Amino acid sequence: MRSTPRIAAAVAALALAAACGSTEPTGTAAPAPGVSGFTPPKIEALASLGAGEGQVNLVAWAGYVEDGSTDPKVDWVSEFESSTGCQVNTKTAGTSDEMVNLMKTGEYDAVSASGDASLRLIAAGTVAPVNTSLIPNYADVFSGLKDKPWNSVGGVSYGVPHGRGANLLMWRTDKVSPAPDSWGVVFDPASPYKGSVTAYDSPIYIADAAVYLMATKPELGIKNPYALDDKQFTAAVDLLKQQRGIIGEYWSDYTKEIQAFKAGDTVVGTTWQVIANLALADKAPVEVTLPKEGATGWSDTWMVAAAAKNPNCAYKWLDWIISPKANAQVAEWFGEAPSNAKSCAETADPKHCDTFHATDEEYFSKVYYWTTPIPQCLDGRTDVTCKDYAEWTRAWTEIKG
Amino acid sequence: MRRRLATFLHRHAGVRLSLLLSAPMAWLGLAYLGALAALLVTAFWSTDTFTGNLVRTFTWANFEDLVTGEVYRTIALRSLGVAAAVTLIDLVVAFPMAFAMAKLASPRAQRWLVIAVLTPLWASYLVKAYAWRVLLSTGGILGWGYGLGATVLTLSYLWLPYMILPIYAGLERLPNSLLDAAGDLGARGWRTFRTVVWPLTFPAVAAGSIFTFSLSLGDYITVKIVGGRSQLIGNVVYDNIGAANNLPFAAAVATVPVVIMLVYLAAVRRTGALENL
Repeated sequence: MRSTPRIAAAVAALALAAACGSTEPTGTAAPAPGVSGFTPPKIEALASLGAGEGQVNLVAWAGYVEDGSTDPKVDWVSEFESSTGCQVNTKTAGTSDEMVNLMKTGEYDAVSASGDASLRLIAAGTVAPVNTSLIPNYADVFSGLKDKPWNSVGGVSYGVPHGRGANLLMWRTDKVSPAPDSWGVVFDPASPYKGSVTAYDSPIYIADAAVYLMATKPELGIKNPYALDDKQFTAAVDLLKQQRGIIGEYWSDYTKEIQAFKAGDTVVGTTWQVIANLALADKAPVEVTLPKEGATGWSDTWMVAAAAKNPNCAYKWLDWIISPKANAQVAEWFGEAPSNAKSCAETADPKHCDTFHATDEEYFSKVYYWTTPIPQCLDGRTDVTCKDYAEWTRAWTEIKG
Repeated sequence: MRRRLATFLHRHAGVRLSLLLSAPMAWLGLAYLGALAALLVTAFWSTDTFTGNLVRTFTWANFEDLVTGEVYRTIALRSLGVAAAVTLIDLVVAFPMAFAMAKLASPRAQRWLVIAVLTPLWASYLVKAYAWRVLLSTGGILGWGYGLGATVLTLSYLWLPYMILPIYAGLERLPNSLLDAAGDLGARGWRTFRTVVWPLTFPAVAAGSIFTFSLSLGDYITVKIVGGRSQLIGNVVYDNIGAANNLPFAAAVATVPVVIMLVYLAAVRRTGALENL
């Protein structure tokens, strides 16, 4: 744990001070919306790049670091290893919470953090600011992804954008008809697929219910599914408690979901594009869609651990994963929009960037990126307190009953 | 030198004993009780909800949440029910099997039967649990689907050897002459079982039930694999460490099975079963 309790205390004190309305003494840049609640501990970014350490330890989402072992054609790690001499060791995590915990062990050098993990990592001092001038490919990243509330604090960058996408609705084409176009099929208590519905086993899934409520119950006034006051939160939790009745099983291990869809135990539920790809490769008759209500999604950031033992290799990896070719490969494999503008010319499918709306900000306005809920409402309301992540976690246990 | 040391140890029995005992006692004290103590201490701390870092100040909050939260009571009772059901099923299956092994089989067959009971223990726990997932899948051979029933079934399968072996050992020590005597005195099968076999093997049954009960109470993987949407105490502990990063609350929850097991052990002790082991 080292000096973390002191840092935590400092963060808590500053958060309190900021919440009480006092201005931050060092606040020069305008704080990003919703994250004015804290000042990260002071950690220096790497000043210059040295020789590689020979290896790098990564925490990543499934499908982000592929060396050909899943599919011989899917490999953007081997070339990195041979050109930099950095051996890549990957630990796959199933949820953002798992990522935060893995990074706290201090064993890993870099992480592909989603928005519901990145701020927690920054606030805890687990990750260091990233010196983007040491990452040549950063220049080609879409400007719409740079300096966002989930990857920067006070104008200081804490990572490089990896890519973005939406959580999708997947169904078995032979068991579900007509083809669904709404999340209603997984929330309706009278769903004909009772007992064969799946949901993501993480507190962040409460936001999926909130997205559905935004469309079906506008009177609740939900503007941001991660900023839920008491009434809105109760409505979302009630919806999920009701949903439990039609759930067959919850998933967080993606292999379990693939197997359940393949066997037909699960016929409809939330998923990622990469899971659909793997299920299709396994000959499971599945299809995915972005439902009309919109969806939750992710905009991931590669971050470097503050206590990285292999910082040089970590920087080399950050530069590699956002390089046009590798970024195009990972985006196609995972089924997401790349972060590097030049990647769109490198994809095997020339229409990939259009299919995944890489430059379509309009489309992404319907996608609510995973964000950590905090007491200061992220939608800018100041007259109410929103439910923070600890309460989301507790509610999740209650939902599962 | 060696001789003198030997003489010294021979004369001072106390020193000899303490030297012999120090290694196991250190293990028991540091690794076993130490870990439990650390658990108990952690349960009184809290975490910073945003950063997830430990806050080392004393608080009862975790236990308050645990006691007042209805959901935790439900989960604790459900886990208790699962553990009891697994123990009961294992007992019903294991007793006749152990009896056949100890009293009916030839010595040669006995050896093979013990090996047969032990073989499932050589396979990985996960492999066996996933095998049941495939069996129970709606398209599988059994096709009963997942849920609490599937969990009980799988756990009963997993822990069955731990019930058979103690009962088998207990029955082996039961002299055949007692069974013959009961028969000579006119007792039929059931009466012999009730008045002779059961009282004498009860300590062995209690020992087996401690295994099956405690193993079921702490399990969280099987229920994740075949439990469908259900969760047990183990899952709450796991989710609070793995997902919520709330180690103090997980520690508080983890004291529940510890307390249940203490009560269970005390109950077993009252029956006198522990003295006869």
